Amino acid sequence: MKNPYTPYPVKIDEIDIATEDKSLKTFKFVFLNKADEDNFSYKAGQFAELSIPGVGEIPIGIASSPIEKGFVKFTVFKTGVVTSHLHKMKTGDVMGIRGPLGNGFPWDRLEGKNIVIIGGGFAFTTLRSSIVYMLDPANRNRFKNIDVVYGARSPGMLLYRDELFEWEKRDDIHMNITVDGTDDPDWKYNTGFVPAVVEAKIPEADADTFAIVCGPPIMIKFTQPALKSLGYQDSQIIMSLENRMKCGIGMCGRCNIGRELVCKDGPVFTLEELNLTPGEF
Amino acid sequence: MNTITKNIQELAVSLLRDKTVDIVIGFKSGTVPMSSVPFVAKTTEQARTFIWDTHCRLNLANYLTGRKEKIGIIAKGCDSRNIANHIIENKISREQLHIIGVPCSGMVDKVKIASEFTEEIIEYTEQPDSFVVKTASQTKTLLKKDYLRANCSTCMHPNPVIYDQLAADRVTEPLIENQFADVNRIEALSRDEKWQHFDDLLQDCIRCYACRNACPLCYCPTCFVDESDPQWVGKGTDTTDIRTFHFLRAYHCAGRCTDCGACVEACPMDINVRDFTRKLNKDVFDMYGWEAGLDIKNRPPLDTFNPDDPDEFIK
Amino acid sequence: MEIIKIKKSDWAGGIDKSRKTYHLFGPVKHKNHHIFRQLENNIYPDMEYMSSVLSPKSVLFPQSQKILVTSADASGKACHIFTPPEQDHTPRAVIGIRPCDAKAVQLVKLNFDTKEYQDPYWCSAFEATTFVGLAVNTPSVLDFSTSAGSGPFAQEGLDVLLVDCKDHYLAKILSQKGKEFLNTAGFNEKEDPKAADQVIQQMKISAEKAICSVIQTQHLKKKTVLELYEAPFWEDIAFSCISCGTCAYVCPTCWCFDIQDETQGKTAVRFRNWDTCMPALFTRHSSGHNPRGEKIQRVRQRFMHKLKYFDDKYDQGIMCIGCGRCVEKCPVNIDIRDICNLMNAYKPEKESDAGEIKGEIK
Repeated sequence: MKNPYTPYPVKIDEIDIATEDKSLKTFKFVFLNKADEDNFSYKAGQFAELSIPGVGEIPIGIASSPIEKGFVKFTVFKTGVVTSHLHKMKTGDVMGIRGPLGNGFPWDRLEGKNIVIIGGGFAFTTLRSSIVYMLDPANRNRFKNIDVVYGARSPGMLLYRDELFEWEKRDDIHMNITVDGTDDPDWKYNTGFVPAVVEAKIPEADADTFAIVCGPPIMIKFTQPALKSLGYQDSQIIMSLENRMKCGIGMCGRCNIGRELVCKDGPVFTLEELNLTPGEF
Repeated sequence: MNTITKNIQELAVSLLRDKTVDIVIGFKSGTVPMSSVPFVAKTTEQARTFIWDTHCRLNLANYLTGRKEKIGIIAKGCDSRNIANHIIENKISREQLHIIGVPCSGMVDKVKIASEFTEEIIEYTEQPDSFVVKTASQTKTLLKKDYLRANCSTCMHPNPVIYDQLAADRVTEPLIENQFADVNRIEALSRDEKWQHFDDLLQDCIRCYACRNACPLCYCPTCFVDESDPQWVGKGTDTTDIRTFHFLRAYHCAGRCTDCGACVEACPMDINVRDFTRKLNKDVFDMYGWEAGLDIKNRPPLDTFNPDDPDEFIK
Repeated sequence: MEIIKIKKSDWAGGIDKSRKTYHLFGPVKHKNHHIFRQLENNIYPDMEYMSSVLSPKSVLFPQSQKILVTSADASGKACHIFTPPEQDHTPRAVIGIRPCDAKAVQLVKLNFDTKEYQDPYWCSAFEATTFVGLAVNTPSVLDFSTSAGSGPFAQEGLDVLLVDCKDHYLAKILSQKGKEFLNTAGFNEKEDPKAADQVIQQMKISAEKAICSVIQTQHLKKKTVLELYEAPFWEDIAFSCISCGTCAYVCPTCWCFDIQDETQGKTAVRFRNWDTCMPALFTRHSSGHNPRGEKIQRVRQRFMHKLKYFDDKYDQGIMCIGCGRCVEKCPVNIDIRDICNLMNAYKPEKESDAGEIKGEIK
């Protein structure tokens, strides 16, 4: 019997400070055993438990992409006991990763479709994974147009800035980077909240378009009417939720929304599915 | 229907009818013998379901914390002392409350009653000084005074200390000669015997926190046992963690505990949690002549500074 | 079907014999009540017990259980690489479990033994366990098992059903595991199965008749989650709740747990503890956001989970077997029977209130 609680041992290979306020760091892990890396085969939108023995575990979306081999990456916001401890760890330290967990984005359903990616703040991690995955030459022609709106408080709070600006230059993805505000006179992208940029820049829905929305509750709340006004049906809006979790495998009981277990049945749901639940997220 | 029940219902109905209050908090009948349920009435119809009997053991002051409405509340002696505590500690204002005081002749101990029978109790009916208990094969009449809860049998403040109206005549306040006999007994034990006593006492604790949650004093937004940063106490069943919880909770109640017994009443494992709080009640009484919640002017000794403090450490 | 007769005079001897192969668990009188625990060599299960204050779920799911350990000694090689602690797979037998409590194990199994993941601790304990049930001849007034998918003589989840017939037990063998246990104990006096079963049937009928408490569940399934969720009665139900964990901890079907890490000397330990959906902490995010921050939401969660979500998810009836423990032990007498009946009978006032789809995300 495989023990789903046992993490794969990993070593911290690289730590990048991800935002100007240093509240987010990107950790690159390499597996101590090659076989574990093969077993940790994931799709974009899945998450894993980062496991620090003696401290605890924390569920974090996988920021690296399935096409990136030899490592996994997570961008972690410093907030509780485990994440604070993780932020103090150094390259070379050994810890654990348990996963991949959750359903991930519905890639079968998304194939051949226009994809709209809407992200806010530090919920961009699995979206980064998805974009890298879709832009991979082996995958790009499996999707039609890709439109992205990504917003943060300020330019320095945008994650993966180098990549964002690279993607800006490409013509096979339409980037709409935005910040709530900035005093940088050289800022050449958008200023304004995500929902407003969505309404202004995102194409109207047709039957072949899906929108993937990840962000803080307030952004999600106001993005939804924006999408609605563009003709998106609830079945075309895909969201990734973040309820409090412990086990990550659907057993410990705390992340449920109605009968759905966010860790196992989710974290990705369509708005249509969520409408049938009590909405406790 | 007993007279107190009738009076409570009438007073509650009129408070709601003339809109003196928005809600009234009291007790309604439980669904199993020897139980009652804290209940909030918003309509006069609901107020007619209030009851009063010797199973109204819980402390209704527990339901006041942070409420914003104008509240009518049924209060026996100990509830009223905890209401006084709540007022002193700014958890509720006196102006928000209309207190229907109930002079109390003591609540009975359902565990003690059940232990008289080998079969399960299927019916319980109350008479003024006695009660009739029925099991599958026998019916027995027992005297209330023989089955009072331990805290009720040493209670010297059965009359509400603050109230707006009374639902019954005041009762005689007994003078208990040796009110801390139980604590003295434990104090007299040897070190090893004491260890054994408390070891045995907490053996069954399942850390459900019913004792804490039934206690009107335990209103901290985050209890120290629930803190994760720093984590003061482990969350498993390690005896050290279990003891730490009970010790610290008791200390946090020192000078505030009215010995209402809600903690013991709530415990599903029948642990006499009062063994901890009683010792501190005794100490506070011996050192400061203090009993908690007797008025709404004086703060408990452990949150006041007094230049005449008999202890040296603070000077 | 085989039915064995066990003379009560032979009972203790058989129990002793079985100890050589099995770790035994059973009801034992402790202070004011009965508890289920492992039976040391000179301890016998109290077969006269009525109910145990805590359910026997702890035999498979202890309140606190180590799940992973590792060295926290940075000088060592395996430092911070978690591995499961060694587990004891010695066969165990739970003697005298009430039929409804055995059914509860089957419901809990749906959570721990799934298509995608198997909880190795629970599943291996389950594999190792033989359930020797004791039929309830005199049900408690709080027993509502017959209307909760079980009953005083129910067999689901049992390997042997013992029926107390005054000077002897009739032991109905229900599985190979059960047969092996009785063999090991040396109980092999075969009864005429037809006659013995008739005796059992008669006793079953009278025990079921003695149950005076019932719940109604027939309409729950066809009601929508949202109509029940938005029903007006939750506020009144929730008022008295003090958000303790009593109901969940005494419940044989509640399985929620917490995972905690501790460092003990140079060893880091991860263990799991029973948890409960009643306190706000259960679902509070580290940001402070809480999807069930209000008491009414948590009380509703408990009963919706047991009586609606569970059946919607697994199609196995409600997640309650009618043992009556929570009814008896809840400090404020919140009664699942009343709530179940309320939910079952509930009809929203306006049709449009009922299935109204929530278009807005909170």
